[in-house]
Parts: sequence; C-alpha cells; structure tokens
Amino acid sequence: MISRDLKSRLMVALCYALLALALVPLLSILYTVISKGLPALSLDFFLKTPVPVGEAGGGIGHAILGTLLLILMASAIGVPLGLAMGILLSEYPKRKTARALRTVVEVLSSVPSIVVGLFAYAVIVKPMKGFSAHAGAVALAIVMVPMIARSSEEMLKLVPTSVREAGLALGLPRWKVILKIVVGGSIGSLIVSVLLAVARIAGETAPLLFTAFGSQRWFQGLNQPIASLPVTIYNYAISPYEDWHEKAWGGALVLIVLVVGLNLFVRMMWTKRRSTRS
Amino acid sequence: MNSKNLLVTKGLKAFVADFEILHGIDLAVGEREVVALIGPSGCGKSTFLRCLNRLHEETEGAHVEGSVVLEGIELYDRKSDPVALRRRIGMVFQKPNPFPSMSVFDNVAAGIVLQGVKNKSVLQEAVERSLRQAALWDEVKDYLDRPGTSLSGGQQQRLCIARALTVKPPVLLMDEPTSALDPISTAKIEELVAHLKEQMTIVVVTHNMQQASRISDRTAFFLYGNVVEYGATREVFTTPKNRKTEEYITGRFG
Repeated sequence: MISRDLKSRLMVALCYALLALALVPLLSILYTVISKGLPALSLDFFLKTPVPVGEAGGGIGHAILGTLLLILMASAIGVPLGLAMGILLSEYPKRKTARALRTVVEVLSSVPSIVVGLFAYAVIVKPMKGFSAHAGAVALAIVMVPMIARSSEEMLKLVPTSVREAGLALGLPRWKVILKIVVGGSIGSLIVSVLLAVARIAGETAPLLFTAFGSQRWFQGLNQPIASLPVTIYNYAISPYEDWHEKAWGGALVLIVLVVGLNLFVRMMWTKRRSTRS
Repeated sequence: MNSKNLLVTKGLKAFVADFEILHGIDLAVGEREVVALIGPSGCGKSTFLRCLNRLHEETEGAHVEGSVVLEGIELYDRKSDPVALRRRIGMVFQKPNPFPSMSVFDNVAAGIVLQGVKNKSVLQEAVERSLRQAALWDEVKDYLDRPGTSLSGGQQQRLCIARALTVKPPVLLMDEPTSALDPISTAKIEELVAHLKEQMTIVVVTHNMQQASRISDRTAFFLYGNVVEYGATREVFTTPKNRKTEEYITGRFG
C-alpha cells in the first residue's frame, strides 16, 4: 500500500506537470510572436504608413490608430447599451421585456462574429455605398453588447436582495436604489466586465473585413474605410512579400501587448478589489 | 408604556400570488413601546413586519389587504406614497447589509445624501448623532473612511441601525436583528434597544424567547398567519392565556 504522503506528493507533481503542459502553447505563442515581431518594431513602425512594395521602411501606425479609434467608437455605442441591458436583466428579471431581452442577448452572443460583420455590411455598408469606420464600429459594438450585458448582469446579481431592500426601507425610490446603491456599489466589477469586452473586440478580425475594410492611409474620416491591426495583420500575412510578413508579426506583437496588457490590468484591479473587500 | 397608539393594523392580510400568509391581523403598538413578535418559522412574523413599511409589496406577485395606520394616517391609502412613508419607518434586517463599496460614513449618510442633502457639516452632524445613538461612534470614529463591510458582524449590524436612524424615523422595525450575531454583540444590540425606546417605537421579530422577555413591553405570539395571543410581555411569558402560547414558549413545539 502506498503511503498517504506519497500519494499526496504524486498528485502535486501531476498538477505541476499538467500546468507545465497548459503553459506550453501560451509560452510558445508568446515566444514566436516576440521573436518574430520584435525585429519589425521601430519608431517608424508606429509613426508611419506603409510604403510601396519593394521600398524599405514604412510602418503600420495607421492601423494602430485605426484600432484605437474603432475600439473607442464601438465602446461609445456598446458600453451604455450593454450596461443598460445588464441592469434591466438583473433588476427587473421577471418583466416581459427582460425575458425577451434575455433570449435576444443569448442568441446574439452565440452569433459568429463573421455573421455580425455581414449584418453590418447589409444594413450600413450597402445603403451608404461604401466601407466605413462607422460600419466597423457598429459591428464591433454588436459583438460587445451581449458580452457586457451578460457579465454586468452577473456582477449586479451578486448584490444581495437585502441590500436593495435596505435602500427601499430608507425611503429611496427604486431607481435611486438601483443606480446609487446597486450599480454604484458594483462599479469596480462593472469596469472589469467592460474592459474584458474591450480586450475581446480589440482582436476581432471577422466583423471588420466587410465593414471597416482596411486602408493604407492615415484616418480619412468616419465615413471612409479605416485600417485596423487585426485586418492589417491578416492582409500582410497572406501577402507574398517577406517585408510584409515581418510587419504582420510586428502588428501581432503590438496587438498581443495591447490585449494581454488590458487583461492583466483588469486582473490586477480585480484582485485588488477582492482584497479590500474581505 | 404609553397609552397612545402610534401604529394600528386592522384586518391586515398579506398574499404572495394566491397564497394568504396573514389572515387579518389586528394589532396596536403604543408610542415609545417595544413590541416583540414571536412564533415558529413561517408563521408570518416577518411578513407582518414588512407590511408595516410596505416592503412586502416589493416582492414579486405580492399584495396586501386591510389597513395600517401610522400617526393617524392610513399607509395603504391610494394616495399614500410608499417611498415617503418609509422615511417614517426604519428597518433593520436579519443579516447585516451595509451598502457595498460605501465607507462607514457614506453608509450612515446614505439615507439623507440620496435625498439630496449636500451640506457637509449637516451630514457630519447627522452621521455622528446616528453613530452615537447606535453606540458605535467610539469604535469607528477614526475609521469613517473604511468600507462599511470591513467592520465586524456586530459592528455592521449597529452600522445598519445607525443608517436607519439617520432619517429620524419615529418607528424602527427589526427583523431578527441578532440572529446572525454572537452573544456579546447581541447584548450590545439589546442594550441599544433599551436606549432607543426612550425616543422611538420599536417592533422586533425574534426567535429568542429570552430576548423577547428582556427587551419588550408587549409580546405578540404568531401562529399560522394569526395572532394567537397579544399582551404585556410578563403576562404572556408567565401566565399565557392560550395553551398554544404556553407550549411554544416552554419549547414543546415550534
């Protein structure tokens, strides 16, 4: 018979082995992207637009700026909508509108993002007769809304019913209880759910393919096509040019730093909140 | 005990969907009196309490019939505004429930801040007064900026009492306020009740017979949605008129 101590050691060893296994893909992705992307990075890479094939130099500053703009615009639409839905779902769960909304949100969150892109193409790009930053932002917002709605609903549901009742018992109207006590008290976790959605859309490619489309130039206006990091990476990666491949790796590195950075930032805030609460 | 009745219920019935929880309660509570509501779980004590500040109707599918009169004004009148009347009736819950992410100060001030009071010195005075009334001031005066949830359980419950006191209600409802607390914190809350009754009327639900006999002037025994017996606490506990009351307080059922 094996001693309990030995069994325990074996299990711990097994856990470490599995952890190492799980880290292999993550670390190899990071290693590849960093080793291949780092040589592409330079000041020009961030500050310049592409130069014609064959010439040396140039950068993808337009795509970095484009991605930031698209995130900002999509958030301006998606964050208020998503939060409003989350509040409705959590605070009035039995209303007919909330029940219908729940179905809509569930369906929406399972729609493939390429279909979201096609939808934005049909309702915005076609009628407006051209690819645009508007269309890209709307497509990204549609990806964001169900994510934020569901996660903020979960966050708000963590507030015990008796806290809401205590607010009502103080003689506060329900809307004030919801806004000031329930939402106000969950502001930290709501920021987390918003930032996770932002990190997600930062890397979305499919919804942008037939909406924002892509561009080789700096920002031309909101009703014009706009470059983004994911789409630029895609276009550069499938091109036959060695120089473009290198730039694609550089773009991938910037994108990963952006998304992982945001993720880590969120996690740090989250654990900090947890520790101050307990 | 004062002879003037402050709070009177007549034929008070409470429902959730079609289920009748209270079958017509007639109860009168005097000014500056402590009334204890006792009875087995599920007998309607808490529901009755929640009818007194119209919190019961906030439950999905719930409604109330009958009458509750506070200081001569019918609470269930069509014109009466539940939000306004709840400022006249404070409530303390079973589990301490400080508002999340709010400091001790903000918790206590919440009732008047959210009604629009902004003047800092007014707020500071109100917070200190409430915390002193709730016998918590000395323990937290240096920690007013800390989160309310960082206090101990017993302190949190006194924080919740202070929060209820800030809007200066003439009536305080307490729903098993000590059932989640240790004996020392419980003793502090009971002491507090004895002080508060000099200024206000208190209706307290409790499962603790000793507590009911220690802190209340009158006791109502609830059973299956009815008040079986209501009278001076000493008499209810020493010479109960109803056999069911006697069986309950001596621990033979419930």
